[in-house]
Amino acid sequence: MATRLRVNPIACAGHGLCAELLPERVTLDEWHYPVVSGEPVPPELESLARRAVTDCPALALLLERIR
Amino acid sequence: MTDTAATIWPPDAAITAPDLPRLLPPVPLDLAGHIGVHGPLRYASAPRELIEEIRAAGLTGRGGAGFPAAVKMTAVADGRGRAVVVGNGAEGEPASHKDRHLLWLAPHLVLDGLQLAAEAVGARRACLYVHRHDQLLRLLDHALAERSAAGGDRITVEIVAAPPRFLAGEESALASRVGGGPAVPTFKRPRVFERGVGGAPTLVQNVETLAHVALIARFGAAWFREVGTAAEPGSMLVTAHRADGVSLVSEIPVGAPLTEVLGLGRRPAQAVLTGGYHGAWIPVAQAATLPLASAALRQAGASLGAGVLAALPPDRCGLAETARVLRYLAAESAGQCGPCLNGLPRTAGAFTELSRPGADPRCLADLERWSGLVAGRGACHHPDGSVRLLRSALAVFSGEVGQHLAGRCTARAPAGDRGSAGGPGPAATPFLPLPAAGPGTSRPTRSRPGRR
Repeated sequence: MATRLRVNPIACAGHGLCAELLPERVTLDEWHYPVVSGEPVPPELESLARRAVTDCPALALLLERIR
Repeated sequence: MTDTAATIWPPDAAITAPDLPRLLPPVPLDLAGHIGVHGPLRYASAPRELIEEIRAAGLTGRGGAGFPAAVKMTAVADGRGRAVVVGNGAEGEPASHKDRHLLWLAPHLVLDGLQLAAEAVGARRACLYVHRHDQLLRLLDHALAERSAAGGDRITVEIVAAPPRFLAGEESALASRVGGGPAVPTFKRPRVFERGVGGAPTLVQNVETLAHVALIARFGAAWFREVGTAAEPGSMLVTAHRADGVSLVSEIPVGAPLTEVLGLGRRPAQAVLTGGYHGAWIPVAQAATLPLASAALRQAGASLGAGVLAALPPDRCGLAETARVLRYLAAESAGQCGPCLNGLPRTAGAFTELSRPGADPRCLADLERWSGLVAGRGACHHPDGSVRLLRSALAVFSGEVGQHLAGRCTARAPAGDRGSAGGPGPAATPFLPLPAAGPGTSRPTRSRPGRR
């Protein structure tokens, strides 16, 4: 099942953990808010992606299934 | 399809289906006047009958998004749990007046539509969400009392007051407010029509859409299609700000030439704003070839929105006008999403620099970078709409951009303009309407809904 990352921009407080854990999919803009790529998360990145989701202090990162 | 519709919904012999304007009577109608003009409220005799009639009519939402009304109604009717229906008359856009105009002149048409929509989706709660305006709220209380005295509606209508904010009428902000929270957008997963007010499937329809529903229920889909185009049937309310400074609310058949709606042939203009402050500028030569229709405007990179049109006179500076609106939009951000909170004030600031003769050319690169950074990154479409307006202004007023960078402005402030002596340079008083300082410069209101 292919997945992709998505950010809840209201919950996001710009902690930036996601960009540290997963620079392949998340970069920070000049105000330190994540710019999340909507590309599918490849299998080798999935455990890191899951960690980015669970470690987000604001619980603002989601891993969603691509339909 | 329309033939079948006509047999299900025969026009009432005693009542003549109205020609245009269908929605706007010349004077406000009380309940007796309303019934005299349109006849009594007609409920469908079978479930889903009205939804099918609305589908046959091809009615789309008149609040800005233009989504097919029947599709939304079907989704809500099929949703899990008893639905909530909300008539949206918040009209936070300062350049739009059509919803309050309609509520003022024909409140019973909107209330009929709300009853019909509630019946069609099997709603357990019906609300009318309107601008917090004392006179309007009194008028609606009176209209509801008239209906109750006349035998009562099938479902009691609650009036919920919307704060005077640009985003108050955004669908998720509305759902939050009606559910007892602040009128600010939420992160929509799932969508409002699936889980809105209190988690219930929620049908949000603009008040004008509901007024059309009330007439379609009486006169049928074929009648509705007598005006408009085959692809975009019916009429729509428009707030037109003409180049001579006159603003009018009128009901226009969809597909009418913009030239006619704005009187472009009679009064010189340099550009036309369509779709309001989340919309786009179009050069006047191109606007003069376009109809008031969603598909045609989309092709031109613009949108119909909630029917706000403005013709900018030749002596105005399009950059100065846009800068004012962008500052207003930045102040109206709910401030919830980082990219919007950070990006909109910066883009508005850079655009304000650009609106000045002798602007620092570096502001162009900033605008390019920041508008790319905010678009698509909010919970609602506020950043996207603001960027759409910004980019269209850069394209349409590109000649003026060059002039400003070279230290000139081709606009001439009218004599007597506040804050300037008149003569060369941008006018100090805005052409595009903006609220007086106050709500637009403060933080979002987070008060609890106070009424009922």
